[in-house]
Amino acid sequence: MIHLMSDIELVGAPAGVEGAGFFATSLDKAVGIARANSLWPLPFATSCCGIEFMATMSPHYDLARFGAERLSFSPRQADLLMVMGTISKKMGPVLRQVYLQMAEPRWVLAMGACASSGGIFDTYSVLQGIDEIIPVDVYIPGCPPRPEAVIDGFMQIQELVKTETLRRRDTPEYQKLLASYGIL
Amino acid sequence: MGKITNEELLAKINAKFGDQLTVVGEPFGLLTLETTRENISGILSWLKTEPSLQFIYLTDLTGIHYPENAGKEIGVIYHLHSLVNNVRIRIKVFLDEKDIHIPTATTLWDGANWMERETYDFFGVLFDGHPDLRRILNVDDMTAFPMRKEFPLEDPNRVDKKDYFFGR
Repeated sequence: MIHLMSDIELVGAPAGVEGAGFFATSLDKAVGIARANSLWPLPFATSCCGIEFMATMSPHYDLARFGAERLSFSPRQADLLMVMGTISKKMGPVLRQVYLQMAEPRWVLAMGACASSGGIFDTYSVLQGIDEIIPVDVYIPGCPPRPEAVIDGFMQIQELVKTETLRRRDTPEYQKLLASYGIL
Repeated sequence: MGKITNEELLAKINAKFGDQLTVVGEPFGLLTLETTRENISGILSWLKTEPSLQFIYLTDLTGIHYPENAGKEIGVIYHLHSLVNNVRIRIKVFLDEKDIHIPTATTLWDGANWMERETYDFFGVLFDGHPDLRRILNVDDMTAFPMRKEFPLEDPNRVDKKDYFFGR
């Protein structure tokens, strides 16, 4: 039998109640699925991890499969801040400014050893991990990580986005986290 | 090979300045002299303007720190290049850690501006007469001079290299 349909997999329906002519689920789940599959990443690439990210965006690895083909170069329209590379202390305030300009809900992914911990640059001029200045959701280890690792990290972010309740950003825990970074 | 040998160059300098300079050596064929901050401006100015030499290009201006040399801890090093004669020269000035003042070279070369700012940024050398002596590479609110030997190499905020992670 010839399949006329393509083999592209669509996102499955969330858990819910199904019946004749109707399907009911919670708003959280529906919105979560929509958000997770149309994340707009802002690539904040400063060094070699950025090169691996370019490979990840290329057709061979194809981050577009996950709904992230629309890179946003304006923080105002981005959902996910992907920090890739060494962040010097002088760059720190710039990164923080970019984070502050993003609208909620926003997620942060630290790619590679430098963004996660400073990496080999244990020195006076380099920020020892971006979590010194902004909260981070997912860390990708590696120096630099392979595109597969980037995709894995991105899927971890998707999982967070999918399972997050719509009101999480209003919770006292989240407010406390932001306050610990001096963000109101 | 340059059009002037180091011997000829040294003879010319000695004829003009004599006791104001001491010869440190000629590592890799680069004539290296040492002088004091009282004499450095006159020597640089003469090297640049003397028609037979014309050291018109300031290749590099940097600093160095020898904490064990009491009274001469901080060094300022000038590399000059005579494009006409294809010859280079290096001049060092050593300063006391407690009084790190030296006249600026921006009056001779505009290119000295950023080099002196960098030397100030990393070693704390104060260039008297510099038009805009402030930090250039490090963050503005940094209080230390990170290339000095007493400054710790590794960042104290680093947590993932603490001993207890490695059973030490």
